[in-house]
Formats: sequence, C-alpha cells, structure tokens
Amino acid sequence: MTLNILVAVKRVPAPGAKIVLTEDAQRIDTKHLGFTVSPHEECAVEEAVQLVGKHGGSSTVITLGPPVAEEQLRTAISMGIDHGVLVETDEQEWDALATAAALTDAIQTLEADGDRFDLILFGNESADAGNYQVGIRVAHALDRPVVSGIKAIEPTDARATMKRAVADGFEVLDLPLPAVAAIKEGINLPRYPAMRGRLLAKKAQIRRLTPQRRDGGMRRVRLHHPPQQQAQTQMLGTGADAAPAVAALFEEVGLL
Amino acid sequence: MSLILTLSELDGDTLARSSRETLTFARSLADAHGWDLHAVAVGEIPDTAMADLRAQGVAVAHALLHDQLDGDAAPAAIAAAINELHDRLGAGALVGSGTDHAAEVMAHVAARTDLPLASNCTEVAPADGGWDLTRVRWGGVLLEDVHLEADVALLTAAPHQTAAADAVSPGAAELHSFKPELDESLHITRVVERASRGGGISLATAPVVISGGRGVGSAEGFGILEELAELLGGAVGCSRVATNNGWRSHNDQVGQTGTRVAPDLYVACGISGATQHWVGCMSAKKILAINTDPEAPMVTRAHYAVIGDLHELLPALVTEVKNRRGVG
Ligand SMILES: Cc1cc2nc3c(=O)[nH]c(=O)nc-3n(C[C@H](O)[C@H](O)[C@H](O)COP(=O)(O)OP(=O)(O)OC[C@H]3O[C@@H](n4cnc5c(N)ncnc54)[C@H](O)[C@@H]3O)c2cc1C
Ligand SMILES: Nc1ncnc2c1ncn2[C@@H]1O[C@H](COP(=O)(O)O)[C@@H](O)[C@H]1O
Repeated sequence: MTLNILVAVKRVPAPGAKIVLTEDAQRIDTKHLGFTVSPHEECAVEEAVQLVGKHGGSSTVITLGPPVAEEQLRTAISMGIDHGVLVETDEQEWDALATAAALTDAIQTLEADGDRFDLILFGNESADAGNYQVGIRVAHALDRPVVSGIKAIEPTDARATMKRAVADGFEVLDLPLPAVAAIKEGINLPRYPAMRGRLLAKKAQIRRLTPQRRDGGMRRVRLHHPPQQQAQTQMLGTGADAAPAVAALFEEVGLL
Repeated sequence: MSLILTLSELDGDTLARSSRETLTFARSLADAHGWDLHAVAVGEIPDTAMADLRAQGVAVAHALLHDQLDGDAAPAAIAAAINELHDRLGAGALVGSGTDHAAEVMAHVAARTDLPLASNCTEVAPADGGWDLTRVRWGGVLLEDVHLEADVALLTAAPHQTAAADAVSPGAAELHSFKPELDESLHITRVVERASRGGGISLATAPVVISGGRGVGSAEGFGILEELAELLGGAVGCSRVATNNGWRSHNDQVGQTGTRVAPDLYVACGISGATQHWVGCMSAKKILAINTDPEAPMVTRAHYAVIGDLHELLPALVTEVKNRRGVG
C-alpha cells in the first residue's frame, strides 16, 4: 500500500538565550533572528519522508503564513518532501481557530483536486503559541480520527499502529486510515538536508492558496516576560575541588 | 447561577497533583464570578479523591460512567462525555490541566463546540463580558495577556504555575453519576495496549535530576551521570543537543519539547541554558550548574554553580558521595 502524506509546519522565529520584544509588546523583535519550525514538526517532516521512502506514495508540506514562510516549505522539500503548499496570509499571527479553519479549507481544496491524504501529520504543539489544538480541530472538521503525542507510526494495509510515550512506558493505538496524528519529537532523528535536496528545493514549484479568515474570539493585549525570581548565583568552587561543597549541597537538600 | 466545570484526573486513589493545581486555579475564577466549582472525572471516584475534591472547595463531583470510558478511554470519547454533561449543566467555563492527556481532551472539547480554547493559562479574571487571561508562550519563556470573548471559556491551566492550596471552606462534594450516550466511532482512538518501561525512576517525578548537554561529549560520557543519579536516587536528563546527537533517548530530554521537571535539585552538566531548555527545569526548587563558561545563562540563572570541566568534577563527586555514604 502506498501512502500520501500531508505535513503541516509553522514558521516561527528561532530565539536565543534572551527574547527581545518590540516596543508595542505585540511581537518578538526578529531583527537579528533566523526562522525555523518546531522540532516536533521537523520530526513530522522526517517521518513523512521515511514512510513514503518505505511504502511509496508522495508527501506534501503545507504552511499558513506570510510569503516568506516559503523558506520553511523549501527546507522541508530539501529534506525529501515532494510538494509544497503556501496558504498565504499577512504578517499577523492567526489564532488556533482561524488557522485550523483555513488549513481545513486548504486540505479540502487539495483533496477536491485529486489528492487523497492517508495521513495528515501535525506537530504536537507549535513552538511559539503552543495551542495544542490545531491538528485536533482540523481532524474534527474533516471527520477523521486523531491522536496526539505520537512517537511511532507503523502503517499496515488501511490502518496504522501508533505509539505514544507516557511517564512509565508507552501506549499503542490502532487507527483506520485516513487519520491525523500530532507528532512528538523523538519519533526519529531528522536528517540534515543534502546538497541535492537543497538544489531541488530551490526550483520546486510552490502552490499558493488564499484563505478566508474567520474570527477566533481571542485578542492579544500584549506580550511580556515572566518575573525573574533568581538574582544571585552562589559559587561552590571550581573543578574537582568543588566536590565536597557539592556533596554538602546534596546533604542540605536531603539527598544524602 | 452558573458554574465552572473542571476536568480532574486521578493518580491511583488520590487526585493528581496537576488536577489539584488546576482546581486551585479554577477556584479563583469561580470566586470572582460567585460561581460553584464542579469537578468531572472519568469512572468511579474513590473516597480519598473525593476528600481531595472537598478540600479544594468542589460543590459537585460528576463521575462519568460508560463502558467506553473503562480503562484506557480515548480522549475523543472523554470529550464527548464532557460535552454532554456541559449541555446538561450549562457551565460558564470548562477548565482542564495543561498535561498531555488533559490538553488533548480539552482540544477535542474545543473542536466539538467550535469555541476558542486558551491553553496553558496562568491567570484569569472576568472582564467586559468575557475574560482577561494570561497564558504561557514558548513553553514558558514569554507570557501573553489575552482578552477572550466567547459564550463559554475553555481553558487549560499551565502546569507548575499555581501552587495547589485548599479552599478556605471545604466544598460539599456531592457525588453525581453521569452516564453519557457515546457513539461507537469514538472508540477508534482508544489505547489497545500499554507497555511499562519497567523499573527506574521517572524523570517527571524524580527528586533529583542529573542532566547533561553538549559538554558531556558522547553517549559513554553519560555513564558518570548515570552513576551519580543512581547513588542519589534520581533520574538522568539531557538537552536537545544530547538527543539530536543520538547520545540519549528523547524520553530523557528536558525542555520545551521534552519533559518539564520540578525536582528538589536539578543539576545541569555542560548545558548552556537556552530558553527552550530553561523552561523545562525552571520549576526545580534548586538548580546547580556545572559549566566551563562562567557567563553561560545556565550559570547566571542557577542558584549554585561550579565552574569547571564536568569530566573532572563528576568522578570526584561520585567518590565524595560514596565516602559520605560509607560505601565503596
Ligand atoms: C522550538 C525549539 C524547542 C526546543 N526545545 C528544546 C528542549 O526541549 N530541550 C533542550 O534542551 N533544547 C531545546 N531546544 C534547543 C535549544 O535552543 C538549545 O539548542 C539546546 O538546549 C542547547 O543544548 P546544550 O546546552 O547541551 O548545548 P550548547 O548550547 O552547545 O551548550 C553546551 C554548554 O556546555 C558547556 N561545556 C562544554 N564543555 C564542557 C565541559 N567539559 N564541562 C562543563 N561544561 C562544558 C559550554 O560552556 C556550554 O555552555 C529547542 C529549540 C527550539 C528552537
Ligand atoms: N500557521 C500554521 N501553518 C501550518 N501548520 C500550523 C500552523 N499553526 C499550527 N500548525 C500545525 O498545528 C500544530 C499544533 O499547533 P498549535 O495548536 O498552535 O499548538 C503545529 O505543530 C503545526 O503542525
């Protein structure tokens, strides 16, 4: 059985050790930052490439974002994804309701044009917003089964066995296809794109769709930093000489 | 009068710590509105958990009873049951924990009702016919103030953000059974098998976590961290660099896309303290950084630090601990 797989990724800034906000506190200042996708989504991309490599079929990456989000589509293509779809918006961030509705419309458009996605992969949560819901909303709208936190996928005929990690082990699920899964980092080790992939990605055709924006009910007032609790670091020494001081700390917190 | 319905999860016979935190969080909103606090749990609620619910000020506890909800129920089925209960009660707000399981259930509730869901909230108050709330972004690096306008507020509470505290006056915790009518198709996404990793101390609940990053240098390099963790009755954690290099399993990863830990002591060996790692360990009571770089963010933010090569300190430390224990 061959598999057609769609992966959804979101362009986000890659912040360093400190996040700087714009003066109006409405967004992260990205002047000196690169952009990326969540590690969960990177793994979803890798999983789609591996599954199609093993079972045959084709893979597509989709993103809802501004025109520059093409960069994240091309990165996915350079990793081995076949097609890219940009659901083009302004620079504003869309909330989970609006994002899910637009992605659902886009998927229905692609499927009406002859694509049929056996699997739609999302990240478990987006890196910036962390709404934990876009994939589940899309699955409901498409009336497909959906599971989150997935760390293994094994397709068999018209079904897929999936696993998710829990505190003391893992859980196994068995779903009929087509299905939707929210992927967690750890399912695989994403590859570094090879030169050939990067050349292909540069030339790849990206399909563009124009979404309708629905109102979500959540309005941002401002972003801010959490209060810093800790000021002074107590130095316990340098190198191996610090061992007694560290052991004393273990005693103090009741470990020894 | 309206009410707030909170999703409560059990940990054995007692109420899970995350659910106690969530009830404390939800109670602030219930008090602000003058609304009753209700709890809903899957299956029968044992007496010890009922006592916990009473202490949290819960007026009514609803036990969801249905064949499909026995054992490993699908989040989709639990959500359908909660929606049915909500239709009956007309709650003004539905609140769950920001744990993996509860967040998944709440997302299904949101998808079924087509209402907005604000995840990982730290504060909430009624305002202008809706709600003003603060929620976590970037796993906790940033906070976002949001105005939520919806008929019913759907929220999850950010883990480790509200300390669980008993209500000033305990609730009646009247026990109601609720038997939902669930569609067979909801069964599809239930767990069919469960495997335990067996033994070992779980990262999320270990009293001490010894974590290693790029500075450890190799998979073998983690041996000394294992030894120390075992001596102290703790677990080994790691940074994403250690996971990505294949040195450790992702199950050990601490951070935004790994596990959030809140041990008594977190020891970061050769970890720089990038924001995405920091959010996974910042709830630890005490943090010790071991790093060659005195300027590393992990060092400047930790309670304690040792400047130096972890490969020199850790063996000396293992010997020191063994000596104090009188072993070896
Ligand atoms: C959306 C997103 C999510 C992410 N999620 C996570 C996550 O969940 N967890 C996570 O960890 N990261 C996560 N990251 C990655 C994160 O940004 C950092 O890249 C990562 O945490 C760095 O790991 P590190 O500290 O081990 O490595 P480095 O940043 O390279 O730091 C290594 C440190 O080791 C010190 N060192 C070197 N040698 C020695 C020695 N011999 N003795 C003592 N000290 C030494 C160095 O001084 C340095 O401070 C995420 C990134 C993104 C974009
Ligand atoms: N703008 C977007 N474009 C494409 N996919 C998205 C977008 N936002 C969220 N997603 C997908 O939905 C997942 C969950 O996002 P969230 O509900 O925001 O945590 C992400 O990991 C992505 O796979």
